[in-house]
Amino acid sequence: MSATVIELDQEGPASVLRIEGDVTSGSEGDLTAAYGLAVANGATAVVLDFSKLEYMNSGGIGMLVTLLVRAQRGGVRLVATGLSDHYRQIFELTRLDEAIEIHADESAAVAAAIA
Amino acid sequence: MTETPTQIEPETNATTDVPADDAAEAPANRDAEHWAKPVDRLYAGTTAMKDDAVTGKRVRGPLQGFGQLWQKSFSVRIEGVETTPEAVIATWKQHFAEFWPRGQRFYAPLSGIKPGEVGLLEIEPLPGAPVRLSTGVLVLYADAESFTFMTPEGHTLSAWITFSAERDGDVTIARAQALERPSDPFDEVAYRMGGNRQNNKFWQGTLCNLATYVGVAEPVVETQVVCIDKHRQWRHWRNVSNSATLHSARRTLTAPFRKLTGRG
Repeated sequence: MSATVIELDQEGPASVLRIEGDVTSGSEGDLTAAYGLAVANGATAVVLDFSKLEYMNSGGIGMLVTLLVRAQRGGVRLVATGLSDHYRQIFELTRLDEAIEIHADESAAVAAAIA
Repeated sequence: MTETPTQIEPETNATTDVPADDAAEAPANRDAEHWAKPVDRLYAGTTAMKDDAVTGKRVRGPLQGFGQLWQKSFSVRIEGVETTPEAVIATWKQHFAEFWPRGQRFYAPLSGIKPGEVGLLEIEPLPGAPVRLSTGVLVLYADAESFTFMTPEGHTLSAWITFSAERDGDVTIARAQALERPSDPFDEVAYRMGGNRQNNKFWQGTLCNLATYVGVAEPVVETQVVCIDKHRQWRHWRNVSNSATLHSARRTLTAPFRKLTGRG
């Protein structure tokens, strides 16, 4: 396993969380902290950028669901970008794509997130 | 966008299993073989169970359920036994059905618990219920240290449940973690009337049986149950149209007529 690195990039109402490395249930603390920081800084929309994602297991998908629920409760819009065909298929298989909008590139995701 | 992104580093310095020299040859997706292939409708294949209520159904996870969302964790420490997470998971996969509490049945896929396989099950939805629920699960993910089931349409719970094992110092811990919503309004009522408690007892019993099998003298199951979303998803109330409970009730009620007419 390699570490999860999450880079937070924020301007105005949209934040981009760039997720690099492995996403497992062990990443929950890092992702929750980054998300919390984004919301504390005033984000009303969060873009999850998976373009540097290397590995994700079912624990990682479960963690994304709990993050989605947290976002929905807080009125924060969550969208995704940078998914390879493989991870896009996993989003479809788990029906996560029905709850998180997926966009081909970051600018489209940010535009959709703040629309 | 700002020019100075914030880096949040994890506390631990994990390392990759792939040696540096081999890294360039590593497949693009290390997890690919562990995930089920995309599937539109499930197919149960051949099992010993008569009522296949799964074939033709789609999977349905916690996002598509109706009731409140619950996060549950049941864990047991494999104390006093020399073992590894991989060995515990191999045992769990191999004997999965045997660890279920008495009266509940799991019909494992013939090829075992592997990604994309479908297992069928027959359970009692509520204590003493006259109807036995026929449903199943898709093996969504499986590797050497964990495996995950996802429920199909019709199951009383719209859920993912992950079975895993990990090291804590010298001890291996086995764990079952569920993320579940009752699937439709009737299931929500049943869940609140005892289904939730029964479900907890079910997994506590399973963990206890697993620990006993691998040699733990007095297993203690630690349980954490949290409702993480109290809202009901009314847009999914129509899930009732696929209810396995209603399907099973109908089969129970019509069994004598089907027997008379030879329609099994």
